[in-house]
Amino acid sequence: MTTTTSDGVATTRPAGQQPDPAHGPGTATRPRGRRAALRPGSHLFLVLTAAYFMLPVWWLVVAATKSNTALFDGAHGSMWFDDDVSFVDNLVQLSTRSDGIFWRWMGNSLFYAVTSGVGATVLAVLAGYGFAVYRFRGRNLAFSILLGAVMVPPTALVIPTFVMLANAGLTDTRWAVVLPSLLNPLGVYLMRVYIQDSIPPELLEAARVDGAGELRIFARVVLPLLRPAVVTVLLLTMVAAWNNYFLPLAMLNDPDLLPITVGLGQWQRLSSVGSGGEQVWNLVVTGALVSVVPLVVAFLCLQRYWRGGLTMGGVK
Amino acid sequence: MSSRTASPPSVAEAPGPSVLTRRRQRTGWLFIAPFALVFTTFLVVPLGYAFWLSLHTKSLAFGTRFSGLENYTKAFTDPAFLEGVRRVLAFALVMVPLQLGIALVVALVLDSLTTRLAAVSRLLVFVPYAVPAVIGAMMWGFLYSPDFGPFTQLSELLGLPAPDLLDHGSIFSSLVNIVTWQWVGYYMVIIYSALQGIDQEIYEAAQLDGANGLQTALRVKVPMIASTMVLITVFSLIGTLQFFNEPTILQAVAPGAITPDYTPNMYAYAQAFSYSAFNYASAISFSLGLVTFLGSYVFLFLTRKRNGLS
Repeated sequence: MTTTTSDGVATTRPAGQQPDPAHGPGTATRPRGRRAALRPGSHLFLVLTAAYFMLPVWWLVVAATKSNTALFDGAHGSMWFDDDVSFVDNLVQLSTRSDGIFWRWMGNSLFYAVTSGVGATVLAVLAGYGFAVYRFRGRNLAFSILLGAVMVPPTALVIPTFVMLANAGLTDTRWAVVLPSLLNPLGVYLMRVYIQDSIPPELLEAARVDGAGELRIFARVVLPLLRPAVVTVLLLTMVAAWNNYFLPLAMLNDPDLLPITVGLGQWQRLSSVGSGGEQVWNLVVTGALVSVVPLVVAFLCLQRYWRGGLTMGGVK
Repeated sequence: MSSRTASPPSVAEAPGPSVLTRRRQRTGWLFIAPFALVFTTFLVVPLGYAFWLSLHTKSLAFGTRFSGLENYTKAFTDPAFLEGVRRVLAFALVMVPLQLGIALVVALVLDSLTTRLAAVSRLLVFVPYAVPAVIGAMMWGFLYSPDFGPFTQLSELLGLPAPDLLDHGSIFSSLVNIVTWQWVGYYMVIIYSALQGIDQEIYEAAQLDGANGLQTALRVKVPMIASTMVLITVFSLIGTLQFFNEPTILQAVAPGAITPDYTPNMYAYAQAFSYSAFNYASAISFSLGLVTFLGSYVFLFLTRKRNGLS
C-alpha cells in the first residue's frame, strides 16, 4: 500500500479511499492511450477465466428453478432451464419447511455476523489506537505476540474452546459462537497500521493543548477520521463470521440456533444417498442461491471498501 | 507495513512531566484492555488448555490422569493422522502455487488493461469469495455429481465414459479445483491492488530501455510486489494446512473417497465429537497449530528481506 510519489517520498494511501477504479489516483496517472489498445489475446483469456469462475454460479441459478425430479432428469441438461420452472414452488417449500427454519438460519447468520463483526471491530479500533498512539512499557512485546497470533490457525482453537465453554455450560448457546468470534488479531494490526499512517501526532497534541481529555480526543477527533478503516474491518469480520462453519458446527446442536452454513450442510447430508433422510435437493440448491444473493450484492455495492481492506494489511 | 511504521513519531515522546507520561501509559493499556481480555480468554487460555488436555488421558477405569507425551507419541505413530498430514502437505504443495500462479497471471493481465470488459471480469473473478466456502463446496459437489452434473452429460454427449469426479482417484483434484475457484479472486484482488500502487514512471523507464510487456511484467512488476506475494503465500499456507470445510461438505456426496480422517482437522473433529476423545483431539489440534505456526514463521523468516516485516 505504500507508493513512492514523484518527489520520492513514501506515502501510504488510506484504505477505502484508494480503490475506486474510476477516480483512483493510480488510474488517473495511467497513460491511457497506450493501454487502451485492443488486446484480443488478453481479452479472450479474461473472458475464459471469468466464464470458469461463473460456471457454478450459473449452474446454481439454473438449478434453483428446477423441481427435485427435474434436477436429476430435466430436459435440456443441467446447464439449461427445464421446461417447467419451479422457482416459486421451491421458494415456497423452502420458506415453509420445518416451520420456516430456513429463514431462522438466515436470521441467525445475520445475527452472528453483526454481533461478532461489530464487537470485534470495536475491540480492534480501541486496541489499534492504543498501540499506535501510546508508548507504554511492554508495547513492543505485546504487539509481537499479536503478530504471532495472526499465524495461529483459528480452527486449532475450536476444540479446546469447546471443552472450556462446555465446562462453563455455554455450548449450544449463541454465546458459544459470538464470543470466540470477537478475537481478530489481524483487525488490530490493520487498525494500528492505518492509524499510524493517517493520524498526525500534531493533531493529538493540538487537541491536548486545547485541554481535551484522552477519551474525548479519541471519540471526537480521531474516530471520525477512521471511518474508512472501520467500515473495512467491519466488513471483513462480518464476512468471516457469516462464512464460519467449523466453530458453529462444533458448538451448536439446537437446530434453531444454527447459521445458514451449518443448516444447509445438514440438509445436504440428510439428502445424500444412504442417510435415510428425505431427499430435499431442490431446497438445498434454492437455499444455497438465496443465501448467497445478499452477500454478493453487498460485495458488489461496497467494493471500494473491501478492496481497501484487502490491501490494507501488510501490502507494501 | 509502510516504511513510516518503522519509526512512528509517537506522541508520548513529547517532553512533559512524568506524571502525565505515566497517566498516558495507563491510558494506552486501557485502550488495549478489552481486546487483551478477549485475546487471553479465547486464544491464550484455549492454547494452554489444549496443551494441558493433550498431556492427560481420560479413561473410565482411572478417570483423568497425567500421561505426559503419550498422546503425542500416539498421534505421530497413528497411520490415520500421519496420512492426513501427508495429504494436507500434498494439498499445500499443489494448491498454494496453483492459486497464487493463476491469481498473479490474472492480476497482471488486468493491470495491463483499462477496458470495461477488464473491469467486469475483475468483479466476476472475485464473486466466489463472496460465496461461503461451505456453499461453494456444495455447488461443486452437485457439478461433480454423476446424477446432476454437466460433466457426465457432456461425456455422454461425446460418447466418452463418464468420469467419476467423486471417486477415490479424482477427489484430490476435485478438491483442488474447489479451493482454487474459491480463493483465486481474493488473492487476485490483493495482487492487483499492489500492482496498481506501483509508480507509473518505472514502467516508462522500462519502456525506454526497450522492455516489452512480458519483460516489464516479469522483471519489473513481479519483483516490486514480492512482499505481497510472500504474505498471501503465508495466508494460503495457513488455510490449506487447516483444510476442513470443503472435504467435510463433499464427504456427504463422496463418502467412499473422503474418510472422516481425510485431513488432520477432520480427524481431530471426529475424535472429539464422535468418540469424545477430547484429550487425543487436543494433541492433534495442538500439533497442527504448532506446525502451522512454525511453518509460517520459518517462511516469513526466510523471506524476511522481501516481506517488509523485518
